[in-house]
Amino acid sequence: MQYFDVLFYFFAALAVGSALIVVFSRNVVYAAFSMMFTFLGVAGLYVLLMADFLAIAQIMVYVGGILVLIIFGVMLTNRITNVEIIESNFHSIPATIVVGVFLGTIALLMSRTDWLISGILPETPGTILDIGEYLMTSFLLPFEVAGIVLLVAIMGAAMIARQEGGGEQT
Amino acid sequence: MNVGLTHFLVVGAILFSLGILALATRKNAILMLMGIELILNSGNINFIAFARYQGMNFHGHVAALFVIILAAAEAAVALAIVLQIYRQYHTVDADKIDKLRE
Repeated sequence: MQYFDVLFYFFAALAVGSALIVVFSRNVVYAAFSMMFTFLGVAGLYVLLMADFLAIAQIMVYVGGILVLIIFGVMLTNRITNVEIIESNFHSIPATIVVGVFLGTIALLMSRTDWLISGILPETPGTILDIGEYLMTSFLLPFEVAGIVLLVAIMGAAMIARQEGGGEQT
Repeated sequence: MNVGLTHFLVVGAILFSLGILALATRKNAILMLMGIELILNSGNINFIAFARYQGMNFHGHVAALFVIILAAAEAAVALAIVLQIYRQYHTVDADKIDKLRE
């Protein structure tokens, strides 16, 4: 179990450290790029939890899709040459105190609670087969609805982001 | 102390708090979106940690998969809205977006 512990602390430090940069960095571009390391650290935690399919889905969807969207958003809504890319925070100190107290409470609750844990942790060869079976049997309706949601979301996003008045340039 | 379920839950809690902090202190709409993504990720860590430590219960995996799907849809629509706000107001500062009329 030694390697497991070392890897866990590495990925957890990667995820939490770059999430700290996301929250406290004054530069939007730095925040957007350190999001990538947060997502990669979380994907590493998924691998440690034997969720190989979800780790790959995390990397493909978050790093490959959502992060690219966010970076496009940063580039389209900030003038890079402008000083406006440096963002200011507000009420930083009270918010940090309140969130710190909240985090302490929730972490204490989680460590004190006697969770229902199965004694043996089975080694699985892979999760893709079982996830596929569940998606085609118990979760068939949510699966289909998720497809429709994605279609509607992409159509809605294209509608909303469209230039008004037939493609005039701003 | 060996790494167990609690460690994963605490990492999830830290990411959740950082997401809340980003939502509370940031004024840039895109940085607030990043906070939402952090919160969704922390929820996913909890789902998968419980699925693992209760003997590979795949319901948690499927739930996490749906969270990822909805996060993708949410990011696309939210960024489209942010772009449209930027066209209207020439800023994405959440404090300055306070008009309902054009």
